[in-house]
Amino acid sequence: MVGDTSVKIEVVDLHKSFGGKDVLTGVNLEVRNGESMVVIGGSGVGKSVLIKCIIGLLRPDSGGIRVDGQEISSLNEKSLNEIRKKFGMLFQAGALFDSLSVWENVGFGLKHHTSLRDEEIKAIAVEKLGLVGLSHVEDLMPSELSGGMRKRVSLARAIAMEPEILLYDEPTTGLDPIMADVINELIVQMRKKLRVTSIAITHDMVSAYKIADRIAMLYEGKIIEVGTPQQNRESSNAIVQQFIQGRAEGPIKVR
Amino acid sequence: MNSVFGYIGSHFIRFLQESGRIAMLFGQTVVFIFRPPFDVREPLSQMEEIGVRSIPVVVITAAFTGMVLALQSFTGFRRFNAETLVGTVVALSVTRELGPVLTGLMVSGRVGSAMAAELGTMRVTEQIDALHTLATNPVKYLIVPRFLASLIMFPILVVFADIIGIMGGYLVSVKVLGTNPTIYIRRTWDYLELNDIYSGLLKACVFGMIMATISCYQGFFTEGGAEGVGKATTRAVVLSSLLILISNYFITALLF
Repeated sequence: MVGDTSVKIEVVDLHKSFGGKDVLTGVNLEVRNGESMVVIGGSGVGKSVLIKCIIGLLRPDSGGIRVDGQEISSLNEKSLNEIRKKFGMLFQAGALFDSLSVWENVGFGLKHHTSLRDEEIKAIAVEKLGLVGLSHVEDLMPSELSGGMRKRVSLARAIAMEPEILLYDEPTTGLDPIMADVINELIVQMRKKLRVTSIAITHDMVSAYKIADRIAMLYEGKIIEVGTPQQNRESSNAIVQQFIQGRAEGPIKVR
Repeated sequence: MNSVFGYIGSHFIRFLQESGRIAMLFGQTVVFIFRPPFDVREPLSQMEEIGVRSIPVVVITAAFTGMVLALQSFTGFRRFNAETLVGTVVALSVTRELGPVLTGLMVSGRVGSAMAAELGTMRVTEQIDALHTLATNPVKYLIVPRFLASLIMFPILVVFADIIGIMGGYLVSVKVLGTNPTIYIRRTWDYLELNDIYSGLLKACVFGMIMATISCYQGFFTEGGAEGVGKATTRAVVLSSLLILISNYFITALLF
């Protein structure tokens, strides 16, 4: 299933708390090269915190994050920016820059990190927009786009610099089922076409089963189980079962 | 008793923390000004927003300030037959004090609120996080252009305010109060020194830096969605205005 078993991203005993409230209390996670890892968990369990620690938007209190074997949690901003060029991230609501047009959004990284001319950047942007199934939108402003289009433009921006790692923050949240499936399909294609390693966080199990090579469940600050979608479905862990079946009754305390 | 000390203490600590963070942001901004790559387009468009679009507000403020100054000082000076000094008073008050301070306050209200709201919205919609993930430093990309544009445009706006304010005073004195124009102009130039104008421009530079730093700080560290953006905007204007008034006293006391 996965050609390469070397570890791309390794999270070791990660702790993070906010104002005395512990969010992550020892997360351990290994993501292999070329693998699609999906982290599931309820709202507010720290999925976003985990993904933001991995790309260095948040500094962990303790523990390590290694990307290609390099420890990133102690890097300064400048070295971190070099590592970040390996990453692309799709934000929940797109996080498009609303003062820039669609193609300037997609070409933002190219504009700032390469010496390409504007026409070349625009051509690449149009090509990347094509990859996510959008055409004739390059001159629009983000405010003129629908929710699904914003997400796809954001995905085009994330892949514009040809990253090795893609992070998806709730890729299907807030979309209708059909558009959600379009996004799922794109995520699968990205992995096939671009051979990226990816981490997605979601609580949408349809999406998780569709895009994951392996699924990790985050609960009370720790990863409690990692396995293939098949293993996940057949899990004997009552917490996992309650979550994937979406039952209000069970060991998970709803706050 | 304990809780009173606790209350005062925790607020004092918060105040120190905030001050420290503002100072750090200011330091970072200054460092990033001199670090390549240098972008011209973004500072220029900010200069248009901060400077050019503020001209109407500044002109109206300065004109009516100069005009009312002439009226008021005329009323006062007539009581001891010193009406001819109205021109001097208008020129000195406008260049040394009212030009920079009123420009600073008006532009802070207009531009500081917009800066805080824009950066605050970018924060709560994760656009600032997105900048990080695109390996772009948000201080360099967002704050440096606003800071530079404010630093450059505030003094220029004050020059406008000085000229318009003095013209306003002249118009009222000559056309309404019937002062002799030649005497008015002579009284203006005789006592006005370049130093008066420089001091006003120096103040403008400081006010520009205060407004940009405070407003960007408030926007940059916004928390809590739309409500947070609203609060950040209010705080940006109130805090900028207060600091402009306070620093104005100390600059005046220290240097002149």
